[in-house]
Amino acid sequence: MSFAVEFQEVSRHYGKVRAVDGVSLAIAEGEFFSMLGPSGSGKTTCLRLIAGFEQPTSGSIRIHGVEAAGIPPFSRDVNTVFQDYALFPHMNVLDNVAYGLMVKGVGKDERLARSREALAMVDLGEYGARRPSQLSGGQRQRVALARALVNRPRVLLLDEPLGALDLKLREQMQGELKALQRKLGITFVYVTHDQGEALSMSDRVAVFNQGRIEQVDTPRGLYTRPATPFVARFVGTSNVFTGAAAALLGGPGMGAFSLRPEHVRLQRSPAGAAGNSRQLPARVIGVQYHGASSRIELQLAGDVRLVANVNNDEGDGESLPEVGDELFATWSDQAMVPLRELPA
Amino acid sequence: MNANAVYLRTPLRRVAALLHRRGGLMLAVLLGPPLIWMCVIYLGSLLALLWQGFHGFDDFSMSVLPTLTLDNYAKIFEKGNFDIVLRTLAMACAVTVAAAVIAFPIAYYMARYAGPRTKAFFYIGVMLPMWASYIVKAYSWSVILAKGGIVFWLITKLHLLWLLDGVLALPYVGGSTLSTSHLGRFLVFTYIWLPFMVLPIQAALERVPPNLVQASMDLGARPRQTFRHVIWPLAFPGVVAGSIFTFSLTLGDFIIPTLIGPSGLFIGTYVYVQQGAVGNIPMAAAFTMVPIVLIAIYLMIAKRLGAFDAL
Repeated sequence: MSFAVEFQEVSRHYGKVRAVDGVSLAIAEGEFFSMLGPSGSGKTTCLRLIAGFEQPTSGSIRIHGVEAAGIPPFSRDVNTVFQDYALFPHMNVLDNVAYGLMVKGVGKDERLARSREALAMVDLGEYGARRPSQLSGGQRQRVALARALVNRPRVLLLDEPLGALDLKLREQMQGELKALQRKLGITFVYVTHDQGEALSMSDRVAVFNQGRIEQVDTPRGLYTRPATPFVARFVGTSNVFTGAAAALLGGPGMGAFSLRPEHVRLQRSPAGAAGNSRQLPARVIGVQYHGASSRIELQLAGDVRLVANVNNDEGDGESLPEVGDELFATWSDQAMVPLRELPA
Repeated sequence: MNANAVYLRTPLRRVAALLHRRGGLMLAVLLGPPLIWMCVIYLGSLLALLWQGFHGFDDFSMSVLPTLTLDNYAKIFEKGNFDIVLRTLAMACAVTVAAAVIAFPIAYYMARYAGPRTKAFFYIGVMLPMWASYIVKAYSWSVILAKGGIVFWLITKLHLLWLLDGVLALPYVGGSTLSTSHLGRFLVFTYIWLPFMVLPIQAALERVPPNLVQASMDLGARPRQTFRHVIWPLAFPGVVAGSIFTFSLTLGDFIIPTLIGPSGLFIGTYVYVQQGAVGNIPMAAAFTMVPIVLIAIYLMIAKRLGAFDAL
């Protein structure tokens, strides 16, 4: 199996700040790979290490099996879609797209033809003569994409490319990006802090925290089997219990675990708890209405807080819980996902 | 008494309310005084000066005649006078080009490589000479470049006197010493106006977003290509902005041509001689039109090149 990008114990330190700290990963060819994490978690630095704008302090990066150390950005077979697009303001859209071919010495006719083709691919065929300043954010985003793809890179790096767009456009572009990636078969390395974006598009996701990778998994694996407290909290929402609270809720000997709010059932009476599930009395201390579902904040014995998600369309005749209600929270043992706590 | 009446109790508040209601009046009050200054004192006196250029002058009585004539403007194109125009223009162009060539690397380093401390040092280094008296600097240069001055001493010590003599023997450029040559005058002009070139270029380069340079590299451009296709086009308006200063300042100057260089007149020195020693105000006024026209043409070209976006 050949990998598009391989990190072996890669670190990038700025003085005492460990932006990237001992990261190892392998991205398969043709994969849609996301790097997910909060700002400052090292994901963008990893992307810049692949692009060649940064050099690792230690460790080895291989791109298509070739050691990347010392290879300048302009000699790497990767292209980047920048967060704020970085379109050249003094060139029209077509010249922007043709730039990569121009500097590589592709003849004028060919490069303009290929650039028009790339613009047509992102539905901007008519916009070649415009200046970037005359385009909307979404259109600029597409130009940036065309400008990178026209070079037919084997790896495309995307640095929060949808961050500046509004929600509707972002959702539309997510679908288009995924379709484009499937069609072209190019490896996409996608940096984002938006877990919904990462889950909906990626084949696999690496979750970054404080310069390190906490977990690499498929979106489904990440959500259903988070490995660490950080992943459980960052990907979706979750109840994370550690120490004494974990033992109280999970039973004796239970270490840290995660419990998704949608796996908690609420009942008025302590009935129907099977042997392979747990049930505890709970008092409602907060209710948030979210349309399709409601988020119920509960207080258990020992001042432990628990969040439950209830579907509002479950028409068993019972009204929504209200603040102050005394209920019973029930969940199955399988819903408790044990977590591994990383040393700080 | 309603709230409005309470508010309007003092005269000052009534004025404030009036200005708030009438935006045009507010604008007139704010803009009126500076506009009067600009139109009457600034443009008015300039137009009065240029109007003088249409008067005649009697060489025998050395007095201005009330008759109106175009003779003064026609005389600009007589050979001796036109040579002055060409000489000044050539110097302004040469100084502008040299200042741009010297200033660009300095500005480039300041904008793209220097850390905060180094940049502060460069700012002071570039601007410090501007705080010193201009005439003192010009006089100092006449001493520095004179025969027996420090430049001659250094060149002699380096055994390069033959080279200097060779350069000074060149037509147009040379002269008997550096301080009486066009070369010397050119050096001093370039020295004096250099800061006016460095700062606009530096400002233009600072405004080139670093991620455009990265995007260029990312798309496969080598450093030279990135410079040619991205950095230079975006910094060029700054170069033109700087050149407006160096060009117009050289064109109108009369102190450096008086103190340094050969005896041939410049536009500035010609005007100075006409209105001072000769008292031919009409001729001096007509000649003042020359730099105004040249700079107007230059500004039109500069505008085409986008220089005013970089100021």
